[in-house]
Amino acid sequence: MIYFDNAATTRALDEVSEKVEHMLLDNYGNPSSVSMMGVNAEREIIEARKVMAAAINAEPDEIYYTSGGTESDNWAVFGTAMGYIRSGKHMITTAIEHPAVTMPMMRLKELGWDITILGVDDKGYINIDELKAAVREDTVLVSTILINNEIGTIQNAAEISKAVKSVNPHTLYHVDAVQAFGKYPINVKKMGIDMLSMSGHKIHGPKGIGIFYMKKGLKVKPFIYGGGHERGMRSGTENTPSIVGLAEAVKIGIEEQEKAKENVMAVKKRLAEGILAEIPKTHINGPSIDEASPYVLNVSFNGVRSEVLLHALEEKQIYVSAGSACNSKKKGASSVLTALGLSDVRIEGAIRFSFCRYNTVAEADECLKVLKEKVAFLRKYMR
Amino acid sequence: MAEEFEYKEGAEEKVLIVKYGEIAVRGNNRKFFIERLLRTIRKNLDGMGDFYVVKEQGRLILEDRGGEMDFDKVIPKVLCIMGIIGVSPGVRVKNQRLDNLKKVCADHLREVGVDDYRTFKIETKRSNKKYPMESNAVSAAVGEYILDEFPSLTVDVHEPDITVYIELRNDAYVYSRLIKGLGGLPVGSSGKGIVMLSGGIDSPVAAFMMAKRGVDVEGVYFNSPPYTSERAKQKVVDLADRLTEFTGSFKLYVVPFTDLQLYLLEHVPHDKLTIFLKRAMTRVACILGERDGALAVITGDSVGQVASQTMQGLHAISAAATMPIMRPLAGFDKQEIVDIARQIGTFDISIRPYEDCCTIFVAKHPETKPKTSVIEKIEAKLTDLDKYINEAVENAEIIEL
Repeated sequence: MIYFDNAATTRALDEVSEKVEHMLLDNYGNPSSVSMMGVNAEREIIEARKVMAAAINAEPDEIYYTSGGTESDNWAVFGTAMGYIRSGKHMITTAIEHPAVTMPMMRLKELGWDITILGVDDKGYINIDELKAAVREDTVLVSTILINNEIGTIQNAAEISKAVKSVNPHTLYHVDAVQAFGKYPINVKKMGIDMLSMSGHKIHGPKGIGIFYMKKGLKVKPFIYGGGHERGMRSGTENTPSIVGLAEAVKIGIEEQEKAKENVMAVKKRLAEGILAEIPKTHINGPSIDEASPYVLNVSFNGVRSEVLLHALEEKQIYVSAGSACNSKKKGASSVLTALGLSDVRIEGAIRFSFCRYNTVAEADECLKVLKEKVAFLRKYMR
Repeated sequence: MAEEFEYKEGAEEKVLIVKYGEIAVRGNNRKFFIERLLRTIRKNLDGMGDFYVVKEQGRLILEDRGGEMDFDKVIPKVLCIMGIIGVSPGVRVKNQRLDNLKKVCADHLREVGVDDYRTFKIETKRSNKKYPMESNAVSAAVGEYILDEFPSLTVDVHEPDITVYIELRNDAYVYSRLIKGLGGLPVGSSGKGIVMLSGGIDSPVAAFMMAKRGVDVEGVYFNSPPYTSERAKQKVVDLADRLTEFTGSFKLYVVPFTDLQLYLLEHVPHDKLTIFLKRAMTRVACILGERDGALAVITGDSVGQVASQTMQGLHAISAAATMPIMRPLAGFDKQEIVDIARQIGTFDISIRPYEDCCTIFVAKHPETKPKTSVIEKIEAKLTDLDKYINEAVENAEIIEL
């Protein structure tokens, strides 16, 4: 099996699985319990919080555990809306965001908020001047995706933050770092990030766990209310097994981050360059091979429908994602690829390969071999 | 000299009286149909509580043995079974003494809400002729008691607001309502048919319609990986599974169709491709059906709905069949079909957005008035067609639901 769908989710590490099991079977106390059982569980999540904070140069009390990227993104949007409604009702985001940011903003729009969606160029970058022009006195939030999940565009967070704050120092800046965390160096202080979302299962951690980083001193409101867990900011009994599992994944991930980057880039390059050289009518979508995240490769195989190619690869136990479901004219066309201004043919034939540090160049070679055969076969039979 | 009637003792029990179409299950197959009904009931009520079914003439008595069945949930699951005329929630009375019958009838009226009715009638049916009183006498005596018990009620033997039935059998049964079921004929009473399931809205409705007339329906789905996905296949499996709620079981053939489809794509005029595909599917369905003793192919075709469903198209497709093709939806509008699909719970499954094999290579302007003779002439030159059809048949996967 060749698993090139790591931006969708990853296999958990054995070490993570062991930690999760340990917390489920042995150290299963409720951190809120007064007894020793509670204390022992609490210790583990305090340690975990330190790991998470260190990974992005934050303070431990700026880290909140959530159910994952989607909840964290929702929290950023709705929490800011609730906390800063007196400062204004305007938010800015981009045309290539994850729906977990876009949909909450669309909900606010229904409630009378003003939402600006910045377009992107053909590589997926926003225009900084355009951003500056969009920031207003009543802009409470700017949210951008750090590494785009479909095309791997790395947005310059530091530059964005600086630009936003230069126009309105009170505007908060949130990044969706779900595809970046543990793969790309993040320093929230240096990059001027006020809030950040991440998800455990994209980096070999458990599903259903993530973090929300929020800079100290913000008035952002909780998104989930209840018994007052997480310093009153995120209620619900702590998901101790997943928290501890996540910290393990992060610890190992950060240790291996630099080395992994090279390995992953080697895999991506081998596949990408092989495709461009050996399969006619193929195009890289988004930034160039070197410029985009090493973890994401989006390629259009013109004249092939991505979903069909996906299933054809699946027959050989090669797992990828389709850039676009069904026909681009119908529902299901990727909004990210559409935002790049790609032609229908490019969108219909777009496949996303996404890697992890455990993929190998040999897998890329095998994938290329199968791709050559399948693409040629599928192109023989067109509508 | 009649034998002495022996009174039994015992408390009353809540039961569901399930009535099925007696005429349809006459004859030698009677036992078989009743067994199949029973099996379907058991399947549909699985996990809803501990129950027991007693066979009485013309009906099944469903007993809530564990005392935990929610009849409001149970009843719809029984009513949807083909061949069931209706169900009556009622009481089984072991102690058939007149005094007890009176009390049970009064209790029953209280339970169904006596305030909703102004007139009533007691109707007694004595199947057990050993019972010492005649039906009319029982009715009269119980009626009198009810009048005393509920001063707001009066008797109306012609058009009562409510009729309380007393059936005197081995035990007595008291009930008042008949909640109507789908009716139709018990599945299997009309022979077998094979339906071509695409995953769309129409074909499950067609299968349902034929099953309603007692046809034992099995199905065939044409799978074209990688052009169609595993989820498209799962959708059809789910549809077939949904149909088992009405029919008890469903045999589904999943036929690998890719090679045959690509062969046709390469060898026939593109604008006529769909006609050839459907002819090939029809032939496969006929072969599979024939093996199982099916007497007809069933399709969800509705005249004029899509390009291949013109009268000419249907003629050209039908000509490939070696058994009759039944199209129970031929004269239905889309909305009428959708309405039934919603009622039988297949609609939400059918609208899952996965492509079926018919749409993947469809021409922009498909032929709408194909001439059967022309199609057959072209097909005669397709020397490898039989080989591909046989391969498809031989490699069919069987899923028993």
